[in-house]
Amino acid sequence: MAFDTSKRSSYFLITPMAAIFAIFLVIPLLTIVIVSFWDYDEYRILPDFILENYSYLLGSSVTWKIYLNTLKYAALTWVFTLLIGFTVAYFLAFHVRSLTWQIVLFMLCTIPFWTSNIIRMISWIPFLGRNGLLNSALINLGIVDQPLEFLLFSDFAVVLADVHLYTLFMVVPIFNSMMRIDRSLIEAARDAGASGFETLKSVIVPLSKPGIAIGSIFVITVVMGDFITVRLMSGGQSASVGLQISNEIGLLQYPAAAASAVVLLVTVLLIVTGLLRLVDIRKEL
Amino acid sequence: MAKTRERRPTSFYFLAAFFTLFVLFLYGPMLTIFILSFQGENGGLTFPMNGFSFHWFGNLFEQQAVGDFGGSFTRSLKLGLIVMVVTVVVSFMAGLAFRRRFRGDSVIFYLAIASLIVPSILISLGIGLLFNIIEWQPQWFTSALGAHLTWTFPFGLLIMFAVFNRFDPSYEEAARDLGASNWQTIQYVVLPMVGPSLIGVAMFSFTLSYDEFARTLMTAGSLNTLPLEIYGMTTNVTTPVLYALGTVTTGFSFLVIGIALGSVLLMRRRKGQKA
Repeated sequence: MAFDTSKRSSYFLITPMAAIFAIFLVIPLLTIVIVSFWDYDEYRILPDFILENYSYLLGSSVTWKIYLNTLKYAALTWVFTLLIGFTVAYFLAFHVRSLTWQIVLFMLCTIPFWTSNIIRMISWIPFLGRNGLLNSALINLGIVDQPLEFLLFSDFAVVLADVHLYTLFMVVPIFNSMMRIDRSLIEAARDAGASGFETLKSVIVPLSKPGIAIGSIFVITVVMGDFITVRLMSGGQSASVGLQISNEIGLLQYPAAAASAVVLLVTVLLIVTGLLRLVDIRKEL
Repeated sequence: MAKTRERRPTSFYFLAAFFTLFVLFLYGPMLTIFILSFQGENGGLTFPMNGFSFHWFGNLFEQQAVGDFGGSFTRSLKLGLIVMVVTVVVSFMAGLAFRRRFRGDSVIFYLAIASLIVPSILISLGIGLLFNIIEWQPQWFTSALGAHLTWTFPFGLLIMFAVFNRFDPSYEEAARDLGASNWQTIQYVVLPMVGPSLIGVAMFSFTLSYDEFARTLMTAGSLNTLPLEIYGMTTNVTTPVLYALGTVTTGFSFLVIGIALGSVLLMRRRKGQKA
């Protein structure tokens, strides 16, 4: 078995991964595209070639509102995760001086990522609810006299939960980029008379761009396709594209869901292509 | 360090405070439901605590109260373990393959990236439709397994890239010069060196699968995994039993993370002793 010198061995080694991607990623996505042209009635889906699923979807003002709403969530989440993620990564990379502490604090940030998203959403209920901790505190302090209603089951709650869940997606790649910045560049900037803020602006931010781009891709795509956060945290009062698809699935309107899915996929790919112009992912590993 | 430490700038204290707030933001809500899961028998979903009890934990194991907690937990555990083993083996193989250029390597790479950014609900819908059309019954160990692998492989592959990019091939050359076969080189040289990262891949893939919801939605068939069960509970359970479930499953995740970190440390120490 000449497994280190021949190209054959590379093909042998990559086959299992390629097969899984083919069967469970490529073929299912093609299936969605095909089914988006099919017809359906209450009981089944009917092979056909019709454009009604798309014309109905794109012609409905509801669709546009939902897209606008989803983009709003994505944009707000992006801004907050970026600001928080960048600050946290900057602190870890440039202000924590020992490697051990960097690892410990970094782990502290990553551990929640490995627990259930749904549980992390639910855990906001006792905090934000009508009789929750925050409202009780505000009332006890005399800041408000009635519980604030907008805290839970609102757009505020959706964005808060998204930021809570996904800031880590920003911290990790930005931290990774920052750790590669040659420390002598920063000393050089300081020797040349730059203040801390100027160094940040003209050295650290530009060199962290690849990390920022990768983090942005993650956060934006995950929020664009999300449905569970919107359903749980808005209490059914708001919609997102993902939620619309999941509702259509629930009603067994698979071709309609497939058409929505194709439009969502195209939207996400356009956003990602735009962001990929800023970074060569393969170089960043 | 011989260098005398510089005095910390004022910005350090602001950033440290910000970081502390961030950690509180991450862990605070989890801590509240942890406390509330010990709510007394007559207590509600919010504070104040109405006594202290293990009532809701007991409630969790009564079949009729919350659906099939035991069954869905066992299913998620098994699925997570299968996903873990497959992901570790397949990612390691793919990582080895990617050390050389081969035709189609960028196709696989971009498929992995696509797999990461295609919204999970599309994977769920696509696999569900596919099984529907070819008239196969979706099962957690077939369709859901495949759906989860599309989520864990990209992480596995990216971790392997990071590992092999920093891997010095002269160790393998040395082993081969000493007469080691290919398999021996892998077994005695490569595996011990990448071992800690493989544990990382294992932990990643297990926890990602164990907590995955969207990709399981249309692919699990008639039997629920734990996240599906929890999701069902959020719509129809209004007692702290929900928090008890949260505490138990988060505790379980922490246990898995602890085991993974512990074994990495153990491997490091052993290596240190040998050297």
